[in-house]
Amino acid sequence: MTDHVTDAPGAAITWHHLDPDDHDHGGGATVLGFWIYLMSDALIFASLFAMFGVVSTSYAGGPVPRQIFDLPLVALNTALLLASSITFGQAMPHMEAGRIGPTRLWLAVTGLLGAAFVGIELYEFSHLIAEGAGPQRSAFLSAFFTLVGTHGAHVTVGLIWIATMLIQIGQHGLTGEMRRRVMCLSMFWHFLDIIWIGVFNFVYLYGVIR
Amino acid sequence: MTETTLKTIFGRLGWESFPIHEPILFGTFIVVALLGVAIVGAVTWFRLWGYLWKEWFTSVDHKKIGIMYIILGIIMLLRGFADALMMRAQQAIAFGANEGYLPAHHYDQIFTAHGTIMIFFVAIPLVVGLINFVMPLQIGARDVAFPFLNNLSFWLTAAGAVLTMTSLFIGEFARTGWLSYAPLAELSYSPDTGVDYYLWSLQIAGVGTTLSAINMVATIIKMRAPGMTMMKLPVFCWTALCSNVLAIAIFPALTAAFFLLMLDRYVGTNFFTNELGGAPMMYWNMVWIWGHPEVYVLVLPAFGIYSEITSTFTGKRLFGYTSMVYATVVITILSYLVWLHHFFTMGAGPAVNSFFGIATMVISIPTGAKIFNWLFTMYRGDIRFELPMQWVVAFMLTFVVGGMTGVLLAIPPADFVLHNSLFLVAHFHNVIIGGVVFGLFAGIVYWFPKAFGFKLDPFWGKVAFWGWVVGYWVAWTPIYVVGLMGTARRIRHFDDPSFQPYFVIAAIGALIILVGILGFVMSIVMGFVKREELRDTTGDPWDGRTLEWSTSSPPPAYNFAFLPVVHDLDAWYDMKARGYERPEGDFRPIHMPKNTGTGVILAGLSLALGFGMVWYMWWLAALSFIGLLAVAIGHTFNLKRDTFIPAAEVAATERARQPLIVGA
Repeated sequence: MTDHVTDAPGAAITWHHLDPDDHDHGGGATVLGFWIYLMSDALIFASLFAMFGVVSTSYAGGPVPRQIFDLPLVALNTALLLASSITFGQAMPHMEAGRIGPTRLWLAVTGLLGAAFVGIELYEFSHLIAEGAGPQRSAFLSAFFTLVGTHGAHVTVGLIWIATMLIQIGQHGLTGEMRRRVMCLSMFWHFLDIIWIGVFNFVYLYGVIR
Repeated sequence: MTETTLKTIFGRLGWESFPIHEPILFGTFIVVALLGVAIVGAVTWFRLWGYLWKEWFTSVDHKKIGIMYIILGIIMLLRGFADALMMRAQQAIAFGANEGYLPAHHYDQIFTAHGTIMIFFVAIPLVVGLINFVMPLQIGARDVAFPFLNNLSFWLTAAGAVLTMTSLFIGEFARTGWLSYAPLAELSYSPDTGVDYYLWSLQIAGVGTTLSAINMVATIIKMRAPGMTMMKLPVFCWTALCSNVLAIAIFPALTAAFFLLMLDRYVGTNFFTNELGGAPMMYWNMVWIWGHPEVYVLVLPAFGIYSEITSTFTGKRLFGYTSMVYATVVITILSYLVWLHHFFTMGAGPAVNSFFGIATMVISIPTGAKIFNWLFTMYRGDIRFELPMQWVVAFMLTFVVGGMTGVLLAIPPADFVLHNSLFLVAHFHNVIIGGVVFGLFAGIVYWFPKAFGFKLDPFWGKVAFWGWVVGYWVAWTPIYVVGLMGTARRIRHFDDPSFQPYFVIAAIGALIILVGILGFVMSIVMGFVKREELRDTTGDPWDGRTLEWSTSSPPPAYNFAFLPVVHDLDAWYDMKARGYERPEGDFRPIHMPKNTGTGVILAGLSLALGFGMVWYMWWLAALSFIGLLAVAIGHTFNLKRDTFIPAAEVAATERARQPLIVGA
């Protein structure tokens, strides 16, 4: 921004910036603002992880991780979510090149993988509750359901967002506005992937080995 | 209708939820209802609804949103202060055989509501409001980064305030103290609606505050005028930046803590319960990870205000600008590392307590550096003791004492004695009144002419000043004394009559503060009455140094017809000194955001959601939630959000204002 300033000795001082293009209501600010939002969301997850850490062995005589975690199922779920990040990555170059069809296709594939992830998670939850290992049973289970469930709720929001973008890209094409939104959605989606890697390691794997 | 049908429709709301049998509440309700009817009637009579909706409620103009935040803060200040007067009256008379006039059930709600309202709905809206109004003008921007989000943030904060106020007349407020500690706030100990009102109000308002903080940070980083490098950023903007970065870093912890407590209360989980492995102290940790930095979120912008005023009213560049910036940043970081000093008595052990005690004491170093910077700015300055500067001096004298009692409390062994005593209560009122409130008044007096085009009435301003400053010392010095002697906080009735004189003096002090509050309200009223006499025709009534004084008072919707180019820290002072001339032609169309009612609707739906959840009206909660999603998504389909102010209109506006402004 400093190159607008002409402060050379002897030259007249520039007091005003005349380019009308400078008023930036979005663009860089939106991506920055969304990034900051993600950091604050990360802190919510950090709080939930901390809570889980504190009560992760407070079983209150109830079930322990080894008894209730179905690792193959969780591994499948992890694979689905990681794959969905790859498919989202596939959409981005198409978006940059302005190819509407492939962009929407890869977004739709991402959404299907995400929906499968949420479906399996709901199955896992209902199974646990049916076994008597519901969130009320012990502080450990409260924290487990809340941490994993909050992540799942975020993925669900992501699904709604993907559906919205599929419609809006259909309506408007890949305008600057739409690209910006897909860019933010992309950051959101990868962010949830990173959180899940923490959940998978810290909650499931670490829970089962100790 | 059967009982089940009624329960489905009204949840746990019934006739007994309305406090008809409690004369104090009923009387208050009548007064508030009459006032409400009078205001609604007046607005209707003068046909102002359309104007208010179009020009204010739906406005995305940062100046108007800032003013609405400040109005909200002032209204809630009256409510919070009424609570304070009631507590002071109760404690002044409730000795020995006299039980006072407040039953415990009511008294406990009052001290909870007082703290909650004063922090969340007075201090935060006033600070956010001032930042909203001033910061974009100081950085030479035409708006904030996300104008719609700004409007939404305000209305969410307002919705939280409305929900809190609702609890006064429908049901009850929490009786758990202003942070609603677990396990007391759990369903088994607090089964009523109070804690639910508390949680939903603060969650809704908290979303607003977080979004606003993100908005302000993005604005300061991305929208500074050309030439304004970070080290040419006015100090107030630096403190606003640090304050908002801090808010983003802490509000998630509070949101998470409240969310978990909500789950405990609604779903039956065991996070903070006494049973099945719950960890109540985790709640304390999480709320104080928010709570301690929060006081810095509030006081840093106040420090910024003092810096701006000191420099303007001494006619000097701020002493030690760079050290001021670094001190602000250091305070921001350190404030995140001290939360445990709020519960040294938890028993975390000497190593942990030492760490947090020392970290707390270390904060006094950058804060002390700031005090010296202000003093050195004043040293040999051409000081004009106008009202804003008077507030600064009162702040320095008052705040330093509060800072020192804070360092005293930071020593764990001393804290074991003084924990939860009135000494602590006196300490934090000392720093919050002496630091934050004095700063807010200084800022309001200082920037009022910029916002409205006329100064506040100086006589009533002085009444406000002396009422607050004298009242503060009369009210809180005796509380320090009884606190040091061991009196606990939140006590409704005392057995030992020897303490009574102290509490009577404290009550007199509260009445003196009341004079200050009335004086403040009068300074606005009389300022308006005498506005022609007090008119600011220059745009620069105090001989200011920063960019907000380079535009007219009040500024046009677009702030600056041409974006200024900055060459110096005191940009406007530099422009004046170097013979700046205002351009009189060649105006360009200006790109501006359009107003929208979506923020009001979303906040209204959040309010309905909160109310439905508080009263177990699940249908209302579900409908509002679906409505929230639908409106939020629907808003993203509206892409026509901006407009251009034509060059001719800009030219006309500028010509109309030209005689109002003296260029150099």
